Amino acid sequence: MHPAPRALRRAAAVVVLLAAAVSCAPQPEASDRPSASGGNTCEKGKLATENSGRLTIATDEPAYEPWFKDDDPAGGKGFESAVAYAVAEHLGYGKDKVTWQTVPFNKAFAPGEKTFDFDINQVSVSEERRKAVDFSSGYYDVRQTVVALKGSKAAKAKSIADLKDVKLGAQVGTTSLDYIDDVVKPNQAAAVYAKNDQAKSALKNGQVGAIVVDLPTAFYITGAEITDARIVGQFENQGGTPEQFGLVLDKGSALTPCVSRAVDALREDGTLAELEQKWLSDAVDAPVLK
Amino acid sequence: MDKAQAAEGSAEREEQDGGYVPSQRRLDRERYKRARARRATAIGALSTLVTGVVLYLVVVNAPGWPRTKETFFDWGYAREAFPKVLEGLWLNVRLLLICGAAVLVLGMLIAVARTLRGPVFFPLRFLAAAYTDFFRGLPLIINLMIVVLGLPALRLQGVTVDPVLLGGTALTLTYSAYVAEVFRAGIESVHPSQRAAARSLGLSNRQALRHVVLPQAVRRQVPPLLNDLVSLQKDTGLVSIGGAVDAVRAADIIVGRSLNYTPYIVAGLVFVALTIPMTRFTDWVTARMDRRRAQGGTT
Repeated sequence: MHPAPRALRRAAAVVVLLAAAVSCAPQPEASDRPSASGGNTCEKGKLATENSGRLTIATDEPAYEPWFKDDDPAGGKGFESAVAYAVAEHLGYGKDKVTWQTVPFNKAFAPGEKTFDFDINQVSVSEERRKAVDFSSGYYDVRQTVVALKGSKAAKAKSIADLKDVKLGAQVGTTSLDYIDDVVKPNQAAAVYAKNDQAKSALKNGQVGAIVVDLPTAFYITGAEITDARIVGQFENQGGTPEQFGLVLDKGSALTPCVSRAVDALREDGTLAELEQKWLSDAVDAPVLK
Repeated sequence: MDKAQAAEGSAEREEQDGGYVPSQRRLDRERYKRARARRATAIGALSTLVTGVVLYLVVVNAPGWPRTKETFFDWGYAREAFPKVLEGLWLNVRLLLICGAAVLVLGMLIAVARTLRGPVFFPLRFLAAAYTDFFRGLPLIINLMIVVLGLPALRLQGVTVDPVLLGGTALTLTYSAYVAEVFRAGIESVHPSQRAAARSLGLSNRQALRHVVLPQAVRRQVPPLLNDLVSLQKDTGLVSIGGAVDAVRAADIIVGRSLNYTPYIVAGLVFVALTIPMTRFTDWVTARMDRRRAQGGTT
């Protein structure tokens, strides 16, 4: 029995294996992007997309109304579905050249290879987030609103001060939550939910007095899902700049300028306004809370 | 302690006084053993070093490392997340202590109910078995959903809607079923001769269980129980389904705002840091119990 040489051999084997692992490390990302002809000139239908000749668009599941209809992003119904197809069209990808992909909110921002070209999922643009991902220009100006059950204390609120003693709820990772923490600064900590569905249940169950959601979602909740709830009011934009939803792209993606240009063009020719009219209700009758 | 050392010292002196000289062979043997031990340590240290260096090189030379470092190891976000995560962790710890105690009691009751003898106890045995089967099989997340979001929907008078209390209830239900099975296995692993001996000494069934069987059963079950306790500690975070902010949800909030994942790493490390002392403590308790039981060392 000579354990020493055997141990050494084993150690050597491990080292060799690890060394092999190093040499097999994935190659830098730059080389495996299909280099399209004129990748930066935004030539219609010839962009450097993930799947050559096709545009892959991601969103989370479930896809909520009024952004998507019937949890089917590919249907072209619902505001974001319509916007996605309009952007695709502008980039030179017809309906048949678009692939939809389910990507959870959190996974859409993880570093590493992206499997999609852009993500459309009511993601608010912020300077802080720009450090992690690329955003297109904003395609929708968001207002945050408070929703409460009719007849509740929160439903009678006329100002932000009236909400201080209400237990408020919002979905994690949303600006709605930031509005609770930074604008209302309530006396009880906000209830934070993984999904808006759970926030809605909590509102129905009386576990929270009111929830904060964006205006279109609020209209949908009060109109279709919880009919005995009402929109108490909307918040003013923080810092004077309107909050916007933007399309999310991989950090440093070659497509960002092209997608941004497409969104800008759709805003200029009135397409975005038209789609808003079609899919999202007017924001007129929600009083502003000060 | 001092007494023992003194006794040892004196024994050694006596041996030396008695003119004991270790033989050359014994000295050689000891030297050889020392040399082997040194060599083993050196090899272990070297292989650890090599492994560490190779792993470090693999990670740092990965093409995506700079981006990964920014996203997962950002000092600024770690500093921001740490106090918030600790604040959330307080909820986890409270839930762990209260649910842990409730689970141990309830689990023990169910296990005893399952091991009762005699036909009269059949319904009790049946109910206990049904309970463990159902709650061990039911995914915890669904259990939480039903209890935290479904129960309040019934609008029962006097039933709390507090998501933390409801979540704690759900956790207790599921984990009692796990722990009951652990205890039952322990009870059944005590040799029947122990019971027989106790009964023959005139102890009643209950006394035999209480003084002879359970102490042995519980002692044997410490490692698996600790497993369940650590698992419970991590699952306490699931009460965030009801909107309560625990350590992981606190990290979630910052991640959602910034799209930087460092807070998750912070929360993960905090949980590990919480688990390690718990593990060491129970190891120490187990070792102490073993020492007491096996007066004179282990074989």
